[in-house]
Amino acid sequence: MNNISAAQAAYLSGLKRHRQRVRGFRLLIFILLVILWELAARTGVLDDFIFSSPVRMYHTFMGMAADGSIFRHTGITLAETLASFFFVVLFSLLLAMALWWNRGLYEILEPYLVVLNSLPKSAMAPVLIVWLGSNPKTIVVTGILIAVFGSILTLTVSFQEADPEQIKLIYTLKGSKWDVLRKVLLPRSVPVLISQMKVNIGLCLVGVIIGEFLAADAGLGYLIIYGSQVFRWGAVVIEVSNRKKECNLYLSVSF
Amino acid sequence: MDSFLALNHVSYAYHSPQGELPAMTDLCLSIEKGEFVSIVGPSGCGKSTLLSLICGLLKPEEGSILVGGHPPDESDVKIGYMLQKDHLFEWRNIFKNVCLGLEIQKAQTPDSLAYTTQLLKSYGLEGFEDVRPSELSGGMRQRAALIRTMTLHPDLLLLDEPFSALDYQTRLEVCDDIAMIIKEAGKTAVLVTHDLSEAISFGNRVIVLSSRPARVKADIRLSFDEGLSPLKRRSDQQFYQYFNLIWEELKGHE
Repeated sequence: MNNISAAQAAYLSGLKRHRQRVRGFRLLIFILLVILWELAARTGVLDDFIFSSPVRMYHTFMGMAADGSIFRHTGITLAETLASFFFVVLFSLLLAMALWWNRGLYEILEPYLVVLNSLPKSAMAPVLIVWLGSNPKTIVVTGILIAVFGSILTLTVSFQEADPEQIKLIYTLKGSKWDVLRKVLLPRSVPVLISQMKVNIGLCLVGVIIGEFLAADAGLGYLIIYGSQVFRWGAVVIEVSNRKKECNLYLSVSF
Repeated sequence: MDSFLALNHVSYAYHSPQGELPAMTDLCLSIEKGEFVSIVGPSGCGKSTLLSLICGLLKPEEGSILVGGHPPDESDVKIGYMLQKDHLFEWRNIFKNVCLGLEIQKAQTPDSLAYTTQLLKSYGLEGFEDVRPSELSGGMRQRAALIRTMTLHPDLLLLDEPFSALDYQTRLEVCDDIAMIIKEAGKTAVLVTHDLSEAISFGNRVIVLSSRPARVKADIRLSFDEGLSPLKRRSDQQFYQYFNLIWEELKGHE
């Protein structure tokens, strides 16, 4: 397929142009928004004490980068998020396997899982502090609780939806239930697992930030609360945008 | 009873909250070693259930099934089962797919792996070991599924409409291929199908089942020339006589 026809070449270059245009406009919108914001702040349309401004944010960021505090806080949040993510994946895999193995157990527990999943877990965070104390453990538990129930349900359903004929194949080869799990269910659920992990890492981050709002002396959530209390909006806005960046980073990592 | 495979007064029913659905009642059947038996019947008459029972995946509610003189679970006769679809796993390459049975039975010895390689070679799949199933044609996939069954040296092969998912031309070719392969290997085979022509071209005995609950309605021995392949049988004179005979039996008086 080395010699490409003229029409194919035109199609390919058209495709490339389209991609470049999409990327260009994305960047343009971002730059325009930043300029607009700065202008609004300078001309007094926005009160930059309340709304901050890109230049103020830049200075705050450089200041926090100079003393390294921004990296320390980011690092702590990152570690807490990864820890809760790890436990979410572990618990949801183990429980989904148990619930598939024992259909009766699933039927008994299903309503509880649905209720727990729809519970506003972020509202539980203050209660968790009372139960577990004001420490990183509470933060990680908050991250786990937010993501784990939905993850268990999704994985269990994915296990149960396996083609009965594929399972029959394992039994005709004289395999056991354990073989069904290892040779069919786990490998075929990998795409579901990956997409579920993408959702989970985001949810864990939300949980960790909420936990840090309430129970931390370090981390991005803590910075947001601290900043808003002392009216350092520059810092708050940086944290918020940082969270977004981090989120994107996680996504690309988990992908 | 010295038959290789014997079903004595077997009954089986499916149960659901809506009620009981008898799949077969009082079914008797015996098959000798080396026979090629086609089982035909109207769709939904419990043909697949019959194979699941022989294989030991289901237990008869009444009566008994003996394979080599013992119930399927305790028998030392090895049973291979081919399903309607090939069910090759997309997350494994072809070699890993055909080794699935060996892997499950923890029988991956140098000998068995060499045998697998030899099977791949003689069934025309050499060079496709590292390929994903989706890259193979329907016929090649079905041959790979057959290899997956054959690696375990089955004495009795149960074929559950293994050609029905293929398009017509491939279906004739693969049926031809697989029948010759099994015949050369000297196995006993039971083919379940709703395709009358396929049943006649494949077997040397055709068993006609009634609609549900299944009973044996007719048991017809075919006398084609030895060594006539399924494809050649289709153009044999006797083919149409058998076809009409069995067609009448299938339509039946019921």
